[in-house]
Amino acid sequence: MNWSLVPQQFVTGILNGGTIGLIALGIVLIYKSSEVFNFAHGHLVMFGAFLTWWFTGGGAEPGAGFIDLPLWGAVVAALIVSMGLGLVIERFALRPMTGQPLLAIMLMTLGLAQLFEGTTAILFGVELKSNFPAPFSPSDVLVIPFPGAFGDAIRLKYTLVATFVVATLAAVVFIWFFNSTKTGLAMRATAEDHEVARSVGIKVRRVFGLSWGIAGVIATLGGVLLATVSGVSLNLSTVALIAFPAILLGGLESLGGALLGGFAIGLVQALVQASRLIEVRNSSEIAPYLLLLVVLLIRPEGLFGQKRIERI
Amino acid sequence: MAMLRPAGDFDRSYEQDMALLRQPWHYWLLGISLLAAFTLPLWGDAYLVATANQIAYTVIAVQGLNILTGYTGQISLSQAAFMLVGGYASALLVIHAGFSFFIALPLAALAAGAIGLIFGLASLRVKGFYLAFATLAAQFIIPWLSRHTFKDYLGGANGAIEVPLPQLGGVNFGEVSNYFYISLVVLLITTFLLFNVSRTRLGRAFVSVRDNDLAAELLGVNLFTYKLRAFFIAAMLAGLAGAIKAHSQRGVGTEFGYSLNESIIYLGMLVIGGLGTNLGPFLGVAFIILMEDLSDLLGGVLAAAFPEISDQLLTSFRPIFFGVALMLFLIYEPRGLAHRWQLLRAGWRLRPFAR
Repeated sequence: MNWSLVPQQFVTGILNGGTIGLIALGIVLIYKSSEVFNFAHGHLVMFGAFLTWWFTGGGAEPGAGFIDLPLWGAVVAALIVSMGLGLVIERFALRPMTGQPLLAIMLMTLGLAQLFEGTTAILFGVELKSNFPAPFSPSDVLVIPFPGAFGDAIRLKYTLVATFVVATLAAVVFIWFFNSTKTGLAMRATAEDHEVARSVGIKVRRVFGLSWGIAGVIATLGGVLLATVSGVSLNLSTVALIAFPAILLGGLESLGGALLGGFAIGLVQALVQASRLIEVRNSSEIAPYLLLLVVLLIRPEGLFGQKRIERI
Repeated sequence: MAMLRPAGDFDRSYEQDMALLRQPWHYWLLGISLLAAFTLPLWGDAYLVATANQIAYTVIAVQGLNILTGYTGQISLSQAAFMLVGGYASALLVIHAGFSFFIALPLAALAAGAIGLIFGLASLRVKGFYLAFATLAAQFIIPWLSRHTFKDYLGGANGAIEVPLPQLGGVNFGEVSNYFYISLVVLLITTFLLFNVSRTRLGRAFVSVRDNDLAAELLGVNLFTYKLRAFFIAAMLAGLAGAIKAHSQRGVGTEFGYSLNESIIYLGMLVIGGLGTNLGPFLGVAFIILMEDLSDLLGGVLAAAFPEISDQLLTSFRPIFFGVALMLFLIYEPRGLAHRWQLLRAGWRLRPFAR
């Protein structure tokens, strides 16, 4: 372990974890309301990022693009489109699957992921779009003095700090939404029991649709945040593969757990990267999965999940 | 599965009751399809034989997945990773231990089976959807290990080693028309064995675990051993398929795929063919592989027509076609092509009394 790198990596890891947590939140949201684990969420993230990029002009010269919105306008437009997309997915792909076994529903979302992969490639092209309009230049760095760290300071890119703030704020807003608004409570009631929810007058189908719509919004938001850091490419969908361990660590049913799981996964990845042990540094890509195996073996329900009681 | 039998089809001995081939037309169908398969290199062109070869070894892998997911109901997202294990095991045995391919092949299957057992241990602690995540972890960890450990043997970060051709007499297995016979013979053996697994104690225990694991345990099925057996058989068949694939492509490693994507495609093939049926893997694999060829063809034609976006046209039709086919099957025919075939046969048998 290179100890002088640890403070820097600690903070960077947590900041990266914010976005992972936000993406994990979208998956947990759908799971909570309809017990569908959305393997296509990463592809929604990617699609949202591509949409935003396209709305800002698609990398063309200013004024030459098909649509040429400022970044905030493009984000709003992409959020609206992806909300509609979430509704469409729920209506035409998931609703026919209600009551089907787990494997069928899982494969349905995997099929959706494949469909998105191909469609995005045809619509937007396969190459990396590095010209995503970032609000800050990469050289804007926040320097926090920290004796003992490498160079006696922690350096943070403004972009990274901004994504962390936006991701965490969004996550907190959504958690507040579920805990305190009427719609959010209806969604939680639906998660608890569909029939009981319907009997007290909650429109269960509308709740399913709404949760997919909101998940689309969360995915696009996450996609935009990722894109400002790493550009837009088909690889963005792989972030979901890191969000899965975060979800299982936090517990499948816990929104707050998803966010904390995201922080934890970001932290683990960063700390593994700081390690100087031979070959361990390379393992930052699979460290989340080793952690996942440990969680599954020791505490399958995660830190804040519900322990399920098996009934015959 | 209860078989509807035509009137007058009686069994006069236990041997007859257990026979796989019951009717004259069963013998005819088997004979003709075997004849067609074995003479394929004589009348088919190189492209057809290569496709048949690919179908043959993919069917072996999907048959393994069928035992684990179709019969035992344990969702696995790591079949491609177990194929990678088999491919490497066979290649290393041939290169470094000097084994003949035909001895290395069963050993590779055992090696993959052993790795399968390790990850199968997770199935004792968690099930359903959590197990899918344990196998997902396997699908990441195994290829990662192949890229980052034992670089001299496994090919390192570039992720590939060269694999020699099998040697037997003076036969040149570099020709796919000769290599095809290896895949075909192994496929026939696994198919025969699996037909018998599905109708003996082992297969019935698997099905009972799938349908209700607690009830199965109460009936005296040891969940511990039967789940592990399912994992072992699945990984073993994946190892066989991986070894055959590696020697056929003359290379093994993450360069040649073996990714999560392929594990997902194998699951898709299984569902499209029909979960928990012996016919399913054949139909599903043939369907998907022929569809992939079709989408490559379409992509090629469109890429020639629109050269400025040829990159995305060449690569994107496969996932689109696969995704759409999978979704349509899940919604409209969740029991797969094998069920269609059953309906067809039943309709033919009951004609003209039922439509």
